[in-house]
Amino acid sequence: MNTAVVAFVQSAHTGEDTGLSETELLAPVIAEVKQKSGVSRFGFTCSGSCDYLAGAPFSFVAALDAVGAWPPISESHVEMDAAWALYEAWVRLQHGDIDTALVYGFGKSSQGDLREIMTLQLDPYYLAPLGPDQVSLAALQARAYLESSGAEEDDLLAVAARSRAAGRANPYALDLPDPDPTVGYEVAPLRPYDVAPITDGAAAIVLAAGDRARELCERPAWIRGIDHRSDAHQLGARDLTRSESAALAAARVGVGDVEVAELHAQFSHEELILRAALGLPDGVVVNPSGGPLAANPVMATGLIRIGEAAARIHDGSATRTLAHATSGPCLQQNLVCVMEAE
Amino acid sequence: MSSSAPNHALEFPGGYTRSVGPVIGRFLTELRDGRLVGVRTASGRVVVPPTEYDPEDGSAVTGEFVEVGPDCTVESWSWVPRPRRSHPLQRPFAWALIRPDGADTALLHALDLGVFEEGAKPPRELRTGMRVRPKWRSERSGGIGDIECFRPDIAMINDSRRTEYHLPPGRALERFLEGIAEGRFLGHRCGVCGKVYVPLKGLCPVDGVPTTEEVEVRDTGTVTTFAVNNIPDPRAPEVPFVSAYILLDGSDLAMLALVAGVPADQVRMGMRVRAEWRPREEWGATMANIKWFAPLDEPDVPFAAIKDHL
Repeated sequence: MNTAVVAFVQSAHTGEDTGLSETELLAPVIAEVKQKSGVSRFGFTCSGSCDYLAGAPFSFVAALDAVGAWPPISESHVEMDAAWALYEAWVRLQHGDIDTALVYGFGKSSQGDLREIMTLQLDPYYLAPLGPDQVSLAALQARAYLESSGAEEDDLLAVAARSRAAGRANPYALDLPDPDPTVGYEVAPLRPYDVAPITDGAAAIVLAAGDRARELCERPAWIRGIDHRSDAHQLGARDLTRSESAALAAARVGVGDVEVAELHAQFSHEELILRAALGLPDGVVVNPSGGPLAANPVMATGLIRIGEAAARIHDGSATRTLAHATSGPCLQQNLVCVMEAE
Repeated sequence: MSSSAPNHALEFPGGYTRSVGPVIGRFLTELRDGRLVGVRTASGRVVVPPTEYDPEDGSAVTGEFVEVGPDCTVESWSWVPRPRRSHPLQRPFAWALIRPDGADTALLHALDLGVFEEGAKPPRELRTGMRVRPKWRSERSGGIGDIECFRPDIAMINDSRRTEYHLPPGRALERFLEGIAEGRFLGHRCGVCGKVYVPLKGLCPVDGVPTTEEVEVRDTGTVTTFAVNNIPDPRAPEVPFVSAYILLDGSDLAMLALVAGVPADQVRMGMRVRAEWRPREEWGATMANIKWFAPLDEPDVPFAAIKDHL
């Protein structure tokens, strides 16, 4: 079943708590995507969020208030970035008995200590008891990558500078200054600008199948391939200098000839690892939105990559684009989605 | 997160009980008893820390456990200049992927490189390939924290030794220091070559003859050559500091002394300087009477005038 992204909406992301609850943050985004797509009841609804961000079990259930779930709707949730919710919705659409799906993700990482909340996703036997935070682990991968590739810290700076400049031109991303290379390390070899900022935000996408997509959208972004693969969880059991799972997902999807790539790189070295894994030639425009280094509303960031890549097709500026999303420590799991105009 | 005190906490009362199974359980049991073990996969690799499956292909591992380490190699590292409360060390340290000898995979742990001030840069000895060993806790309970941290192999020791002496300055030096005690630089002129040596030596090293003709020279001179020192010295006002050969006016042999009162990167060959004396009431028969030489507001001496004194 041919399936397309027909509408994409995101919040104006913020670097601090603006006093809204997660549901309040999400509600206007859902309202806008319904209005933009012209659909208010969907064949399937799927969301991605993380209860640990608010420290409350089943907190995602409250978000359904923003969707309107009465009379009862067909609904599911993943405790992952909403890019995986989109994958589930895409699979659901392959059954052929429905032709629309709503996907959304949201996260307020301002409410706790995100670097330590991410420690909770680690294996509870060997890793979590040591208390390694997200940035420390990413820095281990950065060190391994720099040493094996010969790249320098200046190459990381260049990624951060380009991402922040693009983010300043994106009304939804944060307004971050040019990186200052004289600041000290956050965790060596990473400096603060190499690390995606704490961000609150939400995003939503409407998927539609076949002719319904053509009715709802002038230039649907047809999903030509979508796949996700995983590496071993133990960092010491895999080669951190490469992303084999991203390369495998890309090989299965077929990523040749893309003009734009939106990559879920939460640390500047991750972009370099992903470029290599996905085999992106130099001419491909990477993260024209600024990417996660310019706005990282956790649990929506990966979905936003799909939305931004689809938006380039919607507005006619590209005909074939790639979106990538990741989950787990140090790019453990990777999703690749390639979209095309008609 | 806001800097105010949290108003909500997520915590499982009494902690969460987990069963560990035979593979992880074996590793933790050996850990408690002070041994590091890995498990052998069907393909013959040794996985540390052990998992029930081969991380390469997901197949079940064999039941064979292999003792590994204690020697280990650092495969990657990150440096934490400001530890978090949740971190195992509360002073700067490294996280490292550490592969024990005999294992094919690495385990994550903290690497303690000694005492550093908060915000410190990564120490130079921290390198991929570095050899380390575990530091075991004396009381162990069967958790990954039974290893307190890893520590580098011993590559250097600090040899502190003190031997004591009574050294006479010798007649010549004693006479020179008598002069210094009065604020004067004394030298000897050689009766053969006519050169003046400051400090006086009582002999001419060129002609090999005794010298006796005492000459007083001024406390001004010229820098012939110099070095910028980056290792602290109690006599120097700061780091970096400059040590220089100074050719006192009227002397034919340059003398080693500190140069200060000018940024290290502005010291030049040919620069004119004068001795900076301590207050007279502090003087004794010692070179400490002179703090250092400071620049004079005079034009530099051309290279030709000092080239024979280098």
